[in-house]
Amino acid sequence: MELSLATRTVGEHTVLEVGGEVDVYTAPRLRERLLELIDGGARHVVVDLGRVDFLDSTGLGVLVGALKRLRTAGGSFALVCDKEPLLKIFRITALDQVFPLHPTVDAAVGAEPTGANA
Amino acid sequence: MATVRLSFSPAPVHVRTARLVGVAVARRAGVREDLLDEVRLAIGEACTRAVALHRQYGLPDPVLVEMSDAGSYAVRVVDRAPIEAGIGLTALPPDELANESLTDEALTTGVGFALLAGFVEDLQVRPVDEGVGTEVRMVWPVGR
Repeated sequence: MELSLATRTVGEHTVLEVGGEVDVYTAPRLRERLLELIDGGARHVVVDLGRVDFLDSTGLGVLVGALKRLRTAGGSFALVCDKEPLLKIFRITALDQVFPLHPTVDAAVGAEPTGANA
Repeated sequence: MATVRLSFSPAPVHVRTARLVGVAVARRAGVREDLLDEVRLAIGEACTRAVALHRQYGLPDPVLVEMSDAGSYAVRVVDRAPIEAGIGLTALPPDELANESLTDEALTTGVGFALLAGFVEDLQVRPVDEGVGTEVRMVWPVGR
């Protein structure tokens, strides 16, 4: 399935909903969109992988790139994922120790204090 | 023994095709349904790695994928890049993954190898028998 990208705002968070296949061919489009969001001023970004049915190392590399960029800018980055096959990918690569992973967007937004509790 | 061979010009757009074919042949060969996601990911990673090497070295040669089901499901992904480029694969420890100095290419390579090693029990990365290049060989059991 083709890559789909949709953005919405939840409080101070920018939620990017990703669907389809994120691989060596489509990952550059995900990278571009994340850069647009960050360059456009988004500082608290949540990427919702709920409708992703394939994710490879190139896609993971793009997500790590966004995490680093937001950390440098004093922002935050979190992922929403509750599918076991995808969670296994994060465990095997040890990236589950790098990304904040949440089962729902609500949990991600609630767990990412944007100010006082940080 | 049924063998399916696929060769494709080293462009990212064709990696998906290789994954689809690889999974179709795996299913036909009798690989368990619950392993097919792993087959799809591993073939994709091996092909992504080969495409990246060909592009890095400016090689127009096709990447070869060969699938056979003689007793088990074996997939070979063959690139034509200089061998020293292909063998030095290492998985990265978690504290290095988000390290600022790590390049995107190094990160993706390390993560790709971690996925291959994590999802394929029977994995070999070795020089091709003839000429220049590296072969990634992956084997899965067949039968229910």
